Amino acid sequence: MSQIVIANRLRDGLVVFLGNEKQWVVQVQDCSPASDETHAAELLAVAEAAEANQEIVGASLIEVEMREGVLTPIKMREAIRALGPTIRKDLGKQAGN
Amino acid sequence: MALLKGGKSVDDAWQRIDGDEVLPETGPVVVDLSRWQQDRESLIARADAVGVRLQSDDDPESLAGDLDHLTLIALDFPGFKDGRAYSSARVLRERHAFKGELRAVGDVLLEHLLFMHRCGFDAFEIQSDDPERDWQIAVDDFDVWYQPTADGRPTALQRRSS
Amino acid sequence: MYRYDEFDQALVTQRAKQFARQVERRLAGELTEDQFLPLRLKNGLYLQLHAYMLRINVPYGVLSSRQLRKLAHIARTYDKDYGHWTTRQNMQFNWIRLEDMPEILLELASVEMHGIQSSGNCIRNTTADEYAGVAADEVEDPRVYCEIIRQWSSLHPEFSYLPRKFKIAVTGSDNDRAAVKVHDIGLRLYRNEAGEAGFEVFVGGGLGRTPFVGESIRAFLPTRDLLSYCEAILRIYNQLGRRDNKYKARIKILVHEMGLDEFGRQVEEEWERIREGALTLPDEEIERIRTHFEPPPYESLPAESAAYLAKRTQNQDFATWADQQLADHKQPGYAIVNVSCTPIGRAPGDISSGQMEVMADLADRFSFGELRVTHNQNLVLTDVRQEDVFTLWEALISAGLATANHGLISDTICCPGLDYCSLANARSIPLAEKLSARVADTSRQQEIGEIYVNMSGCINACGHHHVGNIGIVGVDKKNSELYQLMLGGSAEADASLGKILGPGFDEDGIIDAIERIVDAYVSLREDGERFIETYRRLGPAPFKEAAYDGTTQGR
Repeated sequence: MSQIVIANRLRDGLVVFLGNEKQWVVQVQDCSPASDETHAAELLAVAEAAEANQEIVGASLIEVEMREGVLTPIKMREAIRALGPTIRKDLGKQAGN
Repeated sequence: MALLKGGKSVDDAWQRIDGDEVLPETGPVVVDLSRWQQDRESLIARADAVGVRLQSDDDPESLAGDLDHLTLIALDFPGFKDGRAYSSARVLRERHAFKGELRAVGDVLLEHLLFMHRCGFDAFEIQSDDPERDWQIAVDDFDVWYQPTADGRPTALQRRSS
Repeated sequence: MYRYDEFDQALVTQRAKQFARQVERRLAGELTEDQFLPLRLKNGLYLQLHAYMLRINVPYGVLSSRQLRKLAHIARTYDKDYGHWTTRQNMQFNWIRLEDMPEILLELASVEMHGIQSSGNCIRNTTADEYAGVAADEVEDPRVYCEIIRQWSSLHPEFSYLPRKFKIAVTGSDNDRAAVKVHDIGLRLYRNEAGEAGFEVFVGGGLGRTPFVGESIRAFLPTRDLLSYCEAILRIYNQLGRRDNKYKARIKILVHEMGLDEFGRQVEEEWERIREGALTLPDEEIERIRTHFEPPPYESLPAESAAYLAKRTQNQDFATWADQQLADHKQPGYAIVNVSCTPIGRAPGDISSGQMEVMADLADRFSFGELRVTHNQNLVLTDVRQEDVFTLWEALISAGLATANHGLISDTICCPGLDYCSLANARSIPLAEKLSARVADTSRQQEIGEIYVNMSGCINACGHHHVGNIGIVGVDKKNSELYQLMLGGSAEADASLGKILGPGFDEDGIIDAIERIVDAYVSLREDGERFIETYRRLGPAPFKEAAYDGTTQGR
């Protein structure tokens, strides 16, 4: 089971994901998931440090899978966070804004 | 933990007595409600001042008949989101005209000082590096009030009609 | 409408500056998120699925054109060019940045607006009848007392860390348009036999996880005692309300567990101690506030405008819209105009910056510069001359605001749901959009008649599903959305809570089921019967049969 870290940036609230280089990225496609629990725990530890450092809030590990070549959170709630509102395709990450 | 009173950091002369701990020979002590109820007579007989610490679910009415014997009542905030002690403070000050020290203890931060003061607290055991600065920031936030409380600050209504 | 004096203005400006300081402390790490959370909530700032969301109070739904232009400016400058009217007469922006908040609050303060206590465990924005002051059936103007409550509840030092949120609503008419019986405190303003104004006080109503219809705790409360009585209720609640379980922390649970009699006894006992104190309202203060709600300078007009009637005859679309959207005004020659922000196939309550500006201009041209926000997520222009209604309608058409669905099946109440909200279990807006698209035809909707459909994306019930004639609540079942259907709710004076009909449906299944239920109603109703009346006469059986007829749903 692949996992990534999702959070909101403290200053502007936007959804971010933790990339492989320990940097925060705004598109889920730009992060590479942890493939095992050890790696996932490492990512979460980085996120917790960033939380203590006022960079992000509400970090959590979520499960993702490749769907038709696209990295997608399994839970609908997180999939909506990764894209934007389903009723406003012109808004959010799906629209690049 | 610092004690803030009248806007100043002051030394705390009071000794807190947990549960059935042995009382010191002399000096002011703060006991729990149950200890007060159990040893009321001997505590009243002490030469030094006595205070009671109420948990947030203790009913302030249980001290209603004892206020003349008490120099201090400490009201506990187990977490700052537990707001029962705000009501307890007003009940003691406004319903029972308690004139002694009302001390806020527990999870007390800058952001709560002003409302506590408005409800009748006049001493604060605060978690802070600089309690006097915190006090100044807190009381400078507002100078307009809608609610009449026993703190003496005039309300907007009183100022409108003056 | 009420205009701030120097004291009101100072408080709101000082609050904006206080929050700027708190944001600064948060960004500097002097406050943890746990410590900061209640502070930001009490300024209306949530962290939702995509970003921060800011909820701005529209006190008891009354809004000036100047304020609406400011909201448009904020939407355009700090958000994504739109806002959302909530089911409690407020405005929400969905894409706010924390670091912009100090600036936004100062902008709001400059037009006498704020987000104070629009969230958090404190006394929230008091809501009222959207027709307050102009309704033909009004006994007393509730806005006067809403404003008095607004001031008393703002920054209340004792009641800012209550067990849970606390909502008050006031109606001044026997036809309750403020749903007072589903509020923590509901106030029905009326005149007693001696002709004195006062309140019947209801307590312990509410929706959410455990819905209750509020019960009458006092038959008549003189207006001068309003605040001391509210303070007594709040003090008992603050001291005794449950804090061990957030789902049992609302006052309705306390009243239910103590029993209304014992709760009432304790309130009366506390009230006796404080009723003659400093909270007693002086007549002069009630009058001072009342002067802010004096009627605008109406012209003397004939009861019916010939020009209006002529336009109705000439233009069938206009007549259809007017039939649906206009309500009786107490002043001859004037009309109350409902403006739908729930167009067919679109999110209920969403409004663009451009539309806000159009509405502000129309309010200036036709309605003394004032608007109302309704709990049905629409707008009202309260004081339009009948002869201006046609011109107004043409302007509304150009702005996409001329949908004729007031009180009809497509005028749904709908929470933001899982498209925005971090509490939601399922989406709600897509259902509202699909339902209204399904029943789009106005004449078909008018033939069906008055029917309230309320939708929530979770049991917290921001979409008021328990009091919809048809209520829908979304649940998450194994990562797919499932919708439960309930029937028989009403938020009116004879309030009732809907009952779940049976097994849930998927997104398309529930639209089909609603359509079959409505068809059943149309075939079963007797002359002039509204949906709720037919349901109350026949009970759920025929509707249940219709809903599950021939479906494979009901897993």
